[in-house]
Amino acid sequence: MDGEVILARLSERLGAGVLDTPTYRGDHTAIVSRAVLAEALGFCRDDPALRFDMLIDVTAVDYVRFPGREDGPRFDVVYHLYSVEHNHRLRLKVAVEQDDAWVPTASALWPIANWLEREVWDMFGIRFEGHPDLRRLLLYEEFVGHPLRKDYPINRRQPLIGPKV
Amino acid sequence: MAGERTTRELFLGEGASGSQNLHVNMGPAHPAMHGIIRIFAELDGETVVKTDVEIGYLHRAFEKDCEKGPYNHAIPYTDRLNYVSPLINNFGYTSAVEKLLGIEITERCQYIRVIMSEISRICDHLTCVGASAMELGAFTVFLYMIKAREFLWELVEEVTGARLTISYGRVGGVKADLPAGFDIRVKRAFAETRQVLEEVHRLITGNRIFMDRMVGVGALSREDTIAWGITGPLLRAAGVPFDLRKTQPYWAYDRIPFEVALGKNGDNFDRFLVRMFEMEQAMRIAEQGLEGLPGGAIQVDWEGRAVDPDAYVDRGKQGKTDGLLLLPIRLSPNLEGQDRRAHARVDVADKRVSLPPKETAYGSIEGLMNHFMLVMDGYGIKPPPGEAYFPVEGANGELGFYVVSDGTERPYRVHCRPPCLPPVAALPRMVEGQMVADVIPTFGSVNMIGGELDR
Repeated sequence: MDGEVILARLSERLGAGVLDTPTYRGDHTAIVSRAVLAEALGFCRDDPALRFDMLIDVTAVDYVRFPGREDGPRFDVVYHLYSVEHNHRLRLKVAVEQDDAWVPTASALWPIANWLEREVWDMFGIRFEGHPDLRRLLLYEEFVGHPLRKDYPINRRQPLIGPKV
Repeated sequence: MAGERTTRELFLGEGASGSQNLHVNMGPAHPAMHGIIRIFAELDGETVVKTDVEIGYLHRAFEKDCEKGPYNHAIPYTDRLNYVSPLINNFGYTSAVEKLLGIEITERCQYIRVIMSEISRICDHLTCVGASAMELGAFTVFLYMIKAREFLWELVEEVTGARLTISYGRVGGVKADLPAGFDIRVKRAFAETRQVLEEVHRLITGNRIFMDRMVGVGALSREDTIAWGITGPLLRAAGVPFDLRKTQPYWAYDRIPFEVALGKNGDNFDRFLVRMFEMEQAMRIAEQGLEGLPGGAIQVDWEGRAVDPDAYVDRGKQGKTDGLLLLPIRLSPNLEGQDRRAHARVDVADKRVSLPPKETAYGSIEGLMNHFMLVMDGYGIKPPPGEAYFPVEGANGELGFYVVSDGTERPYRVHCRPPCLPPVAALPRMVEGQMVADVIPTFGSVNMIGGELDR
């Protein structure tokens, strides 16, 4: 399905929940508010015309040092969806504030969201409400901080840990 | 004798009685773990009841490092993602940046990327199939396949100058053109590889021991595979014809005919067959690519323009210095390619994206200045602010790069979507309820690559 049609269908369903639908370099993006995120993801997966049956990726971007967005919401959580049936793609984004960094989990919709969201929690410290097992994925539990945040210095060292005694 | 403990008590604790599940660690360092990964399994007898997979032992901050340097500086890091087929990572990353810049690479470069990607794909599948066959006792297969991989790595070495850490991709093109006589050597290497595949087929396809360990083991249904986000050979083994080279063709794949391997049952044996078939198809693609390889420029400029080399020679005759860059340059004998003509790649007037070839950079002042303008702090490639996601079909599935630019010479964010993370996440689903010995072939068929899994 054409990307514009997907975005139109999503806007029609979610109304004001869809804040913007930019298209850049051929990638169609829907920016939704957090309040409708769970509904948007569910609709994307279950609507027969969209049928995004594959959650390709979940990641986040820390915009705290992005020119022109220093004062806006700090993080964007980015979902990349793909439909095997219709062979189309969509990017969903939702902005979250630093003090209130959480989004609803998608792990009930796609099992792979479990690990992908754990990675985002690990790297950015964004909580996924309702996640069954929100542990760090790549780093160890004793690690302090979330390294892909822009204010985490690249040369910071943390003590090596041994096995738990 | 008092104080002596039985084996049972040793495992289950003092005074243990009745039946109790046994917890077993496989890994982080284990001969059958292809990288460093820990599978914590709970066993009831020999049946796996529950597993927890722990990854991250090879995490080395790939994404954070990419943010710290200019765009081309991330290329060596991408070599180390999937270290068995690094060329595909290079090209995937550079294609994402090119998409962000909005430039189209030249026809010749597209073909070179296709050919080199397919050679890498064969290397990757050879390693995967060989290693998992070895773990099932077929050591000969491993040796044969590593022998074949050696022929292919020699090809890679000839083109890129290195075997593993190749750093061959460049934003806007590739480092250098294919060497002369490359197609003949490819033919020779492929003949050897075909012979190895034939031998392997005779050795293990239909072999009773191999079949017993593979058929029906580690299976995932079509729906499960999709819901777990698994792509690549594992998805095709479940009967889903999803191959990015066909479904959303990039580079020159839409101009090269080939078939997509399809399995039916989604078990380890189908995955093995899919990989074997894909290797044959990859050779087919590479051969056709070499036949159809168009001449001309392999790098493009900021606006995606590539200029015909002849036009530049004409300009050189008119005394325009740009044209002189194409004249043969003699370099110091220590540098490779001293007698090679500056390769048939052309930069147009606006040299803001593509690094000049090494011959030009070391051989002429214009090339040297161009080089510095692209690598100095504060200069370099500057895509307009925005974001782009570019997926390619890696050896393990969809390898995607998500790049965000803030308009400076450094990427604001680079994210890699590793193709082997979803199958590793789904590993508990594949092995639970099966025998502990089945973990090994299943884990082998997942083809976990620590470099891209942990980044």
